[in-house]
Amino acid sequence: MRPYWPLQLLAYLCMFGITGISLYMPQIIRRVVDQGIGQANLDALAQSVFLLLILTVFRGIMRFGEGYMTERVSQGVSYDLRNHFYHKLEQLSFSYHDRAQTGELLSRTTSDVERLQRLTGRGLLGLLNAGIMIIGTTVILISMQPVLAILSLAAMPVITILMRKYVQRQHPLWRSRQEIMADLTSRVEQNLYGIGVVRGFAQEDAELERFAHENDNIFGVSMRITRRQSRMMPLIVLLASASTVVILWVGGAMVIQGILTLGALVAFNSYMLQLIGPMRRIGFLITMLGESHASAQRVFDVLDAESDVVDVPGAADLGEIRGEVAFEHVSFGYFDGSPVLKDVSFQVEPGQVVALLGPTGSGKSTITNLIPRFYDVGSGSIKIDGVDVRDVTLDSLRSQIGIVLQETTLFGSTVRENIAFGRPEATQEEIEQAAKAAAAHDFIMEFPNGYDTEVGERGSTLSGGQRQRVAIARALLLDPRILILDDATSSVDTETEQKIQQALKNLMRGRTSFVIAQRVSTVRDADMILVVDKGELCAQGRHQDLIRESGIYADIYYRQLRQEDIDLAQAVIGGTA
Amino acid sequence: MSVNFSPGGFRGAHVHMRRYREGEGQEFDWRIMRRLLVFLRPHKARMIESLFLMIASAGFALLAPYLVRILIDDYIVTGDLVGLRWMALATLTAYTLDFVTDWRRRLQTGTVAHNVLRSMRGDLFDHYQRLTMSFFDNFGTGSLIASITSDVGVVNELLANGLLTMFSDVFILISVVIVMLIMNVRLALLSLSVLPLMVIATYLFSGVARRAYRQTRERNSQLIGRLAEDISAMRVIQAFNEEDRMSQEFDQINRQNRDAFVKATALASMFTPAMEMFGTLTTSIILWFGGRAVIQDTLTLGIIVAFLSYTSRLFQPVLELSMVFTTWQAAMAGGERVLRILNIDPSIKDKEDAIELEDVEGRIEFDNVHFHYNDDTPVLKNVNFVIEPGATIALVGPTGAGKTTIASLMTRFYDIKEGRILIDGIDIRDVTLDSLRQQLGMVPQEPFLFTGTVDYNIRFGKPDATEEEVIEAAKAANAHEFIMTLPEGYQTEILEGSANLSLGQRQLICLARVILAQPRILVLDEATSSVDLRTEGLIQEVMDKLMEGRTSLVIAHRLATIHRADEILVIDHGEIVERGNHDHLIEQDGLYAHLYETQFLSVQTAEALTE
Repeated sequence: MRPYWPLQLLAYLCMFGITGISLYMPQIIRRVVDQGIGQANLDALAQSVFLLLILTVFRGIMRFGEGYMTERVSQGVSYDLRNHFYHKLEQLSFSYHDRAQTGELLSRTTSDVERLQRLTGRGLLGLLNAGIMIIGTTVILISMQPVLAILSLAAMPVITILMRKYVQRQHPLWRSRQEIMADLTSRVEQNLYGIGVVRGFAQEDAELERFAHENDNIFGVSMRITRRQSRMMPLIVLLASASTVVILWVGGAMVIQGILTLGALVAFNSYMLQLIGPMRRIGFLITMLGESHASAQRVFDVLDAESDVVDVPGAADLGEIRGEVAFEHVSFGYFDGSPVLKDVSFQVEPGQVVALLGPTGSGKSTITNLIPRFYDVGSGSIKIDGVDVRDVTLDSLRSQIGIVLQETTLFGSTVRENIAFGRPEATQEEIEQAAKAAAAHDFIMEFPNGYDTEVGERGSTLSGGQRQRVAIARALLLDPRILILDDATSSVDTETEQKIQQALKNLMRGRTSFVIAQRVSTVRDADMILVVDKGELCAQGRHQDLIRESGIYADIYYRQLRQEDIDLAQAVIGGTA
Repeated sequence: MSVNFSPGGFRGAHVHMRRYREGEGQEFDWRIMRRLLVFLRPHKARMIESLFLMIASAGFALLAPYLVRILIDDYIVTGDLVGLRWMALATLTAYTLDFVTDWRRRLQTGTVAHNVLRSMRGDLFDHYQRLTMSFFDNFGTGSLIASITSDVGVVNELLANGLLTMFSDVFILISVVIVMLIMNVRLALLSLSVLPLMVIATYLFSGVARRAYRQTRERNSQLIGRLAEDISAMRVIQAFNEEDRMSQEFDQINRQNRDAFVKATALASMFTPAMEMFGTLTTSIILWFGGRAVIQDTLTLGIIVAFLSYTSRLFQPVLELSMVFTTWQAAMAGGERVLRILNIDPSIKDKEDAIELEDVEGRIEFDNVHFHYNDDTPVLKNVNFVIEPGATIALVGPTGAGKTTIASLMTRFYDIKEGRILIDGIDIRDVTLDSLRQQLGMVPQEPFLFTGTVDYNIRFGKPDATEEEVIEAAKAANAHEFIMTLPEGYQTEILEGSANLSLGQRQLICLARVILAQPRILVLDEATSSVDLRTEGLIQEVMDKLMEGRTSLVIAHRLATIHRADEILVIDHGEIVERGNHDHLIEQDGLYAHLYETQFLSVQTAEALTE
């Protein structure tokens, strides 16, 4: 808000000017009638008309200034708010994003910011303008003729109160219509996404019924809104018109009795007509004010959120690392306090391949997410080359780690830009090399535009397996010292998986690698296997040792290969060998 | 707990962006208009009443200033207090009548509007339920949703409000001009001389403004799209250390959005004062020429006051009429989209004399089946096979060979082009779709769940099932146990994109859904993506149970399935290239043997065995 004060000030000055001129204009009309026409003074008539035109030009210029500058200020404020917001989201750690919903954050950056923008723009200005208009008109009218003023202004508070009541009553309905509309939209969305299931289970009629229900709901609420609205708007017009009739009637009598001049009567009438707008607006503006408060709260909630993962003052640069990773008595719990990791300790030498194994929800992903400091440990410490990750800058730490997350998120740009995401300056050659290593080059070249193919929103034009391979290429291009693969090959078919595995095997050579995998084949070649269950490290070692020593490991290992398959496969291999 | 990139968050953005499509326009097309008017037909009486009310209300509104003129000229100036009272009462009556007619008119048009909206939405949704699946391949889901949410809105805006407003605007415009001419021809012509200027200015402005506002909509949807994408990708941005670059890129889009709005508002801010200036110009003309005439006694003061009041009433209709153009364009574009959908004939529907397919034995026969999608490239050629009741047939073949198509034809998602598909000897085109699909149970490859409770999803195929039946089905699907660990058990809401369930859990619920529906015939598309080992075991167990005693057509990705199948059909390029049981096919050493080694007999198995 602060850098915009000169503009804001100018806008307010314009507004005062406009209001002043508007308040003065009926006086000109009065002069026209009383002096110009009444006393047959052509000079007064000409002067008044000329003044009227000049003032309108001035008012026009100021109106433009007000509108333009107000928009500059309010758009500027929301521009700043959005940038702050975006920046904040980049800083907030994973624990914040775990709790936050994308749609929720999105509506805060868009509709809430827009609402605030309207407040800083037209809202406050409009309220102030309406206030000055009402007070100014009242003062002028009372000074002109107190009795007539009170009589004709009697309807005004009624209009404001009615309007305010109306907005208060309609508001929940408007909101509920919006909600039902959102329900209806998501009902249609669900129906269309699941149309195969709907048809397959012959449930079209049930779906029609459900839709009709939502559709009727909208109709019902809309009709309630319409009924009130149809009555309210003409009613306001009626009240305002009745006031003008009162003016003409009572004022007319006063003119006849010589208490009031005809011109003053006409001016009275103009003032009344000018007042209807602000009276109507004020009801809306007050409600808007209340809403903006809630919006401001929602926006500042995010802006004020503290990131729990930040560089400590004087954090050092990590520098080139060798890739030794050590967990020392690491415990961790998410925001709700339930412990996710309990006293996990292990030591990985540079260049080793570590496989993490365990059921869903056991804490494997948490272990890998702690290394790049997506979260901070609850207690204990994580050291890379003997340095606590909390003592170095996030930049220097994360730039040495390549990560393929469990669910692949791509951006709606080209294949090339997606692969080069972490290193936008990479050459075509480097990009292709990374793609080849991730077994992605071949399918990319089959696209009509090759690496320049647009992948659609979130990569929607690619299959799950293709997305995964692009994500792997993206991580590989960084040439990181530490590589984290979180279930990276879960949605590719076996043949492709084999290709990727082969490529990865070459790539992992010389890098410290953490692999979370469902398949035992990846696990078998690992230098170290960590078996995680319920947040605890229950076994660690190599395959040969664990298969004998760890009951849990043996159990998981054998369960995957169900007995019948082993028998059959044995028969086949025996037969063909 | 794992890092979860929920795909669900995007919906908000789509909804948002959809709104901004309304800016598109199209020329007036009488054929579209005629077809749209059909929606108004049931409300003819209300529309006619509205029109009359509108004219009446305009009449009363015009009468009032005339009465004010009389009030000033004939009573105030002459000092007639009694006449003044009567005249005031008459004016008040005119205003009151205006209020009543306007109220009634708004209520009537509003009622028509919401009725039309409801029926258009209903028609569209109903149509969506009946169209062939190939329709959904051609139209994007997004545009179908947009049609039902925003397109119907703009069309309705024109039908229910636009048309009437236009009539009443024209009526007001003409009558004001006539009344003014009657009162004083010279003054009327003088004050109306500003009107053409105003119309031209408004027309020119609305062209420029439309472009400016379209620009703001584009910029705004870009901004929202970018935000939606980046917010859900925030983890990747952090993981790759690209915060600064992304901030800069966002700043650029953010700035473009701001500048577009400031530009558009600058234009709008010029328009209002310009219109005000025209208004004052008219007032000045009336005051100057009228005032002189009053001094010369050729005009009364009351006429000046009435003229001032009439000219202020002219601005509104002129403004509205110049905007009508925009409404028409948007409505035409929206109307065309709606009609294009409604025009598509659902090619798959029940025959006139379709019979109910009663409890079937489950014998399936594909007799010389040929099929192609819209583009004429054959997808299936000459497919022949028979599945005896209770038997299992496994379909095997490379991606894109036509396996899924065979499954879709079974359920009559598409109609075959040649040949016949028979169930118990009855052509599936001769039975009702409902009864056919009730006999079939389908397990799709991607386990799709609706948002709604777990309970709702399980009973989806049989909404009237009892609670016991639901729990029973869940138990049979090995799903009961994990459902009970969910925060609210069966009443737990499934989030969008089933984000709060693991892949394996989704599959188990899908299986419970099929079990509850008790189909005679199963169409299974086995999942390729891996789930954790324990869940995989559970799924396998349920599948085995499910296939027992039921005729099953399985698109196989699991070893166990092909081993237990009674017959394996190997599909390649839309044809059955090999058939027989596993041992027989391995001996042939053809495509199947190759697929078996590369796909099914995955590396890990072989490795494990050679330990």
